Amino acid sequence: MPELINKNNKAIMTRNYFTSFLFILPAIVIFCIFYIYPFIDIFKLSVLEWNGIDAVNFKENFVGLQNFMDLLKDGGWWHSLGNAGFITFIALTLQNILAFALAFACDRELRMKNFYSVVFFIPPVLSEVVVGLVWTWILNAGIQNGEQIGLLNHLLVKTGLPHLVNDWLSNPSTALPCIAIVHSWKGFGWGFLMFLAGLQTIDKQLYEAAKVDGAGNWSILKNVTLPMMVPVILVVVVLTILGSMQAFILIISMIGRSGLVDYTSVPVTEILDSMLDHHLGYACAQGVTFGVILIAISLGSKFISDRMKQV
Amino acid sequence: MKAIQHQILKVLYGMAIHMFLLTMAATCLFPLFWMFRSSLMSLDTVFTDKSLIPSVLNFDNYIKAWIGGGFEIYLLNSIIYTVTVVIGIVIVASLAAFAFSRLKFPGKNFFFYMFIAAMMIPLPGSFVPLVVLVNKLGLADTRIGYILCMINVGLSMSILFLKTFFDKIPSDLEDAARIDGCSKIGIWWHVGLPLVRPAIGVVVIFNSLNVWNEYILAQLLLNEKSLMPLQVGLMKFQGAHSVDYPVLMAGLTIAALPIILVYLAMQKHIVKGFSYGATGG
Amino acid sequence: MKKILVIGLLIVLFAGCAKKEDPNSITVWHWMTDRNAAFIQLARQYEQQTGIKVNFELYAPSDAYSQKITATAQARALPDIFGVLGEKEVFASFIKNGHVADLTDEYKLNDSAWESELFPKALAPNVFLEGNIYKVKPGIYGVPIDVTNMQMLYNKNLLKQAGISEPPKTMAQFFKDIAALKRVGVSGLVAGWGEDWMIDCFASNYAFNIMGEDKIMATYRGEIPYTDPDWIKVFNVFKQLTDSGALVPGVVTKGNKYAEQDFALERAAFAFNGSWCVNVYHAMNPKLEYGVMLPPKVNEALAMRIWGTGSSFVVNGQSAKKQKAIDFLKWLTATQQQVQFAVETRNLPANKKALSSIDPILSGFAKGTDYATHPTVWDINENDQVSEKFIKGIQSIIIGDKTPQEVAGEVQAVKEKIMERKDRKEQTK
Repeated sequence: MPELINKNNKAIMTRNYFTSFLFILPAIVIFCIFYIYPFIDIFKLSVLEWNGIDAVNFKENFVGLQNFMDLLKDGGWWHSLGNAGFITFIALTLQNILAFALAFACDRELRMKNFYSVVFFIPPVLSEVVVGLVWTWILNAGIQNGEQIGLLNHLLVKTGLPHLVNDWLSNPSTALPCIAIVHSWKGFGWGFLMFLAGLQTIDKQLYEAAKVDGAGNWSILKNVTLPMMVPVILVVVVLTILGSMQAFILIISMIGRSGLVDYTSVPVTEILDSMLDHHLGYACAQGVTFGVILIAISLGSKFISDRMKQV
Repeated sequence: MKAIQHQILKVLYGMAIHMFLLTMAATCLFPLFWMFRSSLMSLDTVFTDKSLIPSVLNFDNYIKAWIGGGFEIYLLNSIIYTVTVVIGIVIVASLAAFAFSRLKFPGKNFFFYMFIAAMMIPLPGSFVPLVVLVNKLGLADTRIGYILCMINVGLSMSILFLKTFFDKIPSDLEDAARIDGCSKIGIWWHVGLPLVRPAIGVVVIFNSLNVWNEYILAQLLLNEKSLMPLQVGLMKFQGAHSVDYPVLMAGLTIAALPIILVYLAMQKHIVKGFSYGATGG
Repeated sequence: MKKILVIGLLIVLFAGCAKKEDPNSITVWHWMTDRNAAFIQLARQYEQQTGIKVNFELYAPSDAYSQKITATAQARALPDIFGVLGEKEVFASFIKNGHVADLTDEYKLNDSAWESELFPKALAPNVFLEGNIYKVKPGIYGVPIDVTNMQMLYNKNLLKQAGISEPPKTMAQFFKDIAALKRVGVSGLVAGWGEDWMIDCFASNYAFNIMGEDKIMATYRGEIPYTDPDWIKVFNVFKQLTDSGALVPGVVTKGNKYAEQDFALERAAFAFNGSWCVNVYHAMNPKLEYGVMLPPKVNEALAMRIWGTGSSFVVNGQSAKKQKAIDFLKWLTATQQQVQFAVETRNLPANKKALSSIDPILSGFAKGTDYATHPTVWDINENDQVSEKFIKGIQSIIIGDKTPQEVAGEVQAVKEKIMERKDRKEQTK
């Protein structure tokens, strides 16, 4: 008798598993076709020297790990990673601190909260084209009829600070920082929204209790608000890293396709360059390497987040 | 005395916060305003005229953008793509997220992490294999081919987000439904989905934004004008050698409006939505 | 309610899916935004005359166009007519893979009737000569539809303001003019040097003037180093431009569109641009008074050369409608259509007889055609990576980061590495 019951149970369990599996089947099918298949292709192509036009020929064009070796020695590639890292760093600090500050200010300011949450979300909604055009005009460094063309330089002159007038987007020391700031400006809306939502779920009673205990504003921020916001902060951090490392459309629309020597190159523009030079095997190697680096960073953040949860 | 001082400080502090918020709001509204103002000017005045509000309002550009740009078709296409992709993602991702969260089957974790990893491995440089694949499947230059690709693009993030919310549903609700004889699909439809409505709002706005602003994949996979979305149409106003700025601005304004409206509609859901997800981490 | 929506959308979807291959239509993919309207109009006329529908599809910007062509070529789904952008080597690859139809026979028909209609320099980028290094069967593989070349422009009014009556013919005179312009607060030269090829072109023009074609080709073959004094002179041109304050601020990150905007809005007295600019300037500032001139010489002894090429279409080698496509291209390059095209788009025609009816400023450009050359007609081109180092090096010189000697050294280093790798490959073959 027990054998029969076991067999039945097993049959039911298997059928159970099967129907459960059906739930993820559509996602898996689409994923495998449109992601896994090209992904495997990229791995295969990264060991070839291929111009993208000829038919793929493994025997003739196989170069083994040569593409990856070249990549290791490619100063421009690592420099572009550094640039992306800089943009990410500014995003993590400037953008997210700004977003947090704005969310904090908004949280207490109940009146115009809805107005602000709509307005602050406009930069993310705008296409990179518009953002690029507007900021290029603002940062323009030309002069016409004695007047500064760009809005920023114009204001600097008008407010009596002509020595600060700069060729913002062509000066090696200011080009990348300008890009990083515009990128942060465009992105803080997401962080703002997430932080605001997070702040609103903190139980008001915790604040009351802390005030009763005589805690000042700073202390409340440090001991009540921030700890409760750790999960949100981590989600925002990871998404910021992933988004900023892959930024490129904004750079192209502000500085142009070729960038400023290698002061403004980022990994994705490097990959696009390789593709346009018809070094597609190399471009795939770059893509694979970039992916591995991003996974490493994400795993690193997960590791830190797990550690912090334990604390 | 001290009480008055305290009051004054509080007021000043409040004012400072106000100034801060208003300044940031101004910088956010400025591009929108500049875009609109430029769209009302003509090519020879758009750069020289520095005034904030143009003296001559030239609504011609909107007509030029609409007709010259063939906007009716592009707008319709963008709407079709956005609506179908979003509905597609909501269904496919919520089914998968529900399963990852509340159902048991072998390999569950493996598949889930596969989706997560996909979010972290971008596919730049995958254009050539993708185009070849889509052509092989006979889906090149079809709406359905582009839609399936775009559904794939948004899957990972949506599955992750929805799963976080499904995780929060108390199991007694689910057990109650099961005892009532609900099938798994029934539980998904009647119990799961309604309770994660805020998350669905977030998924809708995220993916709407992505599809609406997308143009790279559209240009690669679609060949005919009649299938192109709005953003591709806008590229036509930006030639290699010339840009008709006012008309481009008019086009961009037309393109920005619907998505802002969608955001306004979804906004209430989103603020609620993020709050549930946030505290769970 | 939701269900109705979904069903409705599915219907719309499938409505869009129905595809028919119309035997009486041909498809053209192109990247020329400013000529799109003219193309569509010509297509309509062709349909009226012959009943064959020509679909022009535009993909911009040109980077996106290149990507699409490359990817679609792999999928063997190219349209009947398209264009191949980029270097001759890329063109050669397309031909060798069967994507481009050999049109030599068509050109030679009736005693080379078609061939003799068109300017040789317009045809040249599409021609592969006997013994070419790309190992392509000699012949003509494309159809030019217009001609462009790049020279310098000068703003007559701004020059007058500075008391300059004639545009400069030598660099020495140019720098004197710059000083005069500065005294009246006018900026000197604007160029779209945020785009690689713009720098490449300007540098190449001066290389031709300073050392002549043979020495340049010898450098590409690896026989002469980039550290040679003549090359240093080329780099020095840029250094002098920067040092003398002749350049408009931000020139190194300026896209050509923005440079055109600057010149049209009279923000600079000189510009370095191509003949397509006539159309652009006219749209932005119809009252602009300007003229065309060759870049001022550094070396009196040799000629100044400029880059001139054209836009060309090729016929898909695997298309079932090759003959129809060829017929259309023949029609497109016939005198009447070329005149219409040239007038509407303000570009130089590829057809010899259509030249008489062009814009006066354009004839200034046309005069320079004698001096025109282009990488696509040279026997050999420089390697991509060396080129990139070269161009980035010039950018560094302009922003004052590096000296000409340093840049020369770096470019030579990359060149040597590439030559060495090529030798190794030859040996292992």
